[in-house]
Amino acid sequence: MKSAVLVFPGINRERDMARALKLASGHEAKMVWHAETSLPNGTDLVVVPGGFSYGDYLRCGAIAARSPVMDAVRDFAAQGGLVLGVCNGFQILCESGLLPGVLMRNARLKFICRDVHLRVERSDTPFTRGYNAGQVIRVPVAHGEGNYEADEDTLKRLEGEGRVLYRYCSADGLVDENTNLNGAAHSIAGIVSERGNVLGMMPHPENHVEDIMGCTDGRGLFAGLVAHLQQAA
Amino acid sequence: MKARVTVTLKSGILDPQGKAIEGALRSLGVDGVASVRQGKVFDIELAGADKSRAEAVLKEAADKLLANTVIENYRVDVLG
Repeated sequence: MKSAVLVFPGINRERDMARALKLASGHEAKMVWHAETSLPNGTDLVVVPGGFSYGDYLRCGAIAARSPVMDAVRDFAAQGGLVLGVCNGFQILCESGLLPGVLMRNARLKFICRDVHLRVERSDTPFTRGYNAGQVIRVPVAHGEGNYEADEDTLKRLEGEGRVLYRYCSADGLVDENTNLNGAAHSIAGIVSERGNVLGMMPHPENHVEDIMGCTDGRGLFAGLVAHLQQAA
Repeated sequence: MKARVTVTLKSGILDPQGKAIEGALRSLGVDGVASVRQGKVFDIELAGADKSRAEAVLKEAADKLLANTVIENYRVDVLG
């Protein structure tokens, strides 16, 4: 799996992401500066990592979403290429129009930095095939604007088409108001595009991939992507 | 030519920041505030002097960047 990790001013999770990608695939990820107008040849996966691109000025992800490299990412996605956006990366994908909806300020206004449980809603996608449907995984979140919102029609479409892949839940998989840490509509933690090749999620699977991190639940996402690409090849 | 673009949240969109400000005003004893919605104001200096062109430029700026029309409305005022 050849990965390209986008780098914007103010991004700070690109090295964590590159490490997780190397661990899963054996390949060193290429770092791609935001001013580039093309992606490296043979890219299998584009990752938009977390951080605070452009200091969250204007709206989270708004300025990064308009940078030159994003035109190349839009073309890549239009051809069916896999794109993963985590945290600020999810915000950037929403602002760039690659995913519907928007990430608003957390309902209780606090920046939330802790482990959360996620329920994997289905296992038949490139982004979840490393897990079982209904499986509960533990991964960290670190965000102030993770409250996913979209209009009623969009939410209905996302649910109807099975495009909600990850939802905030309790340790035993229960989804309710108490486990919805940031007020997101339908407890949404991660969604895919209509074609299923672009995933945006607020939690950080790349930070739970090695024993030293205390948990390896995030590995399944990357292992699943590697398996998907090996099968496709 | 000076202009102003005002960006506001669409009605029905939850505004936790506005709610927090509303609560702070109440705790400061500022009476008579029913509700607060927070928005943004952009004061923009335009290079040309053509008013109709100015409006088109500002609308383009708002649509492309200043507002996220999923959740926000905007108003364009050319101040002259």
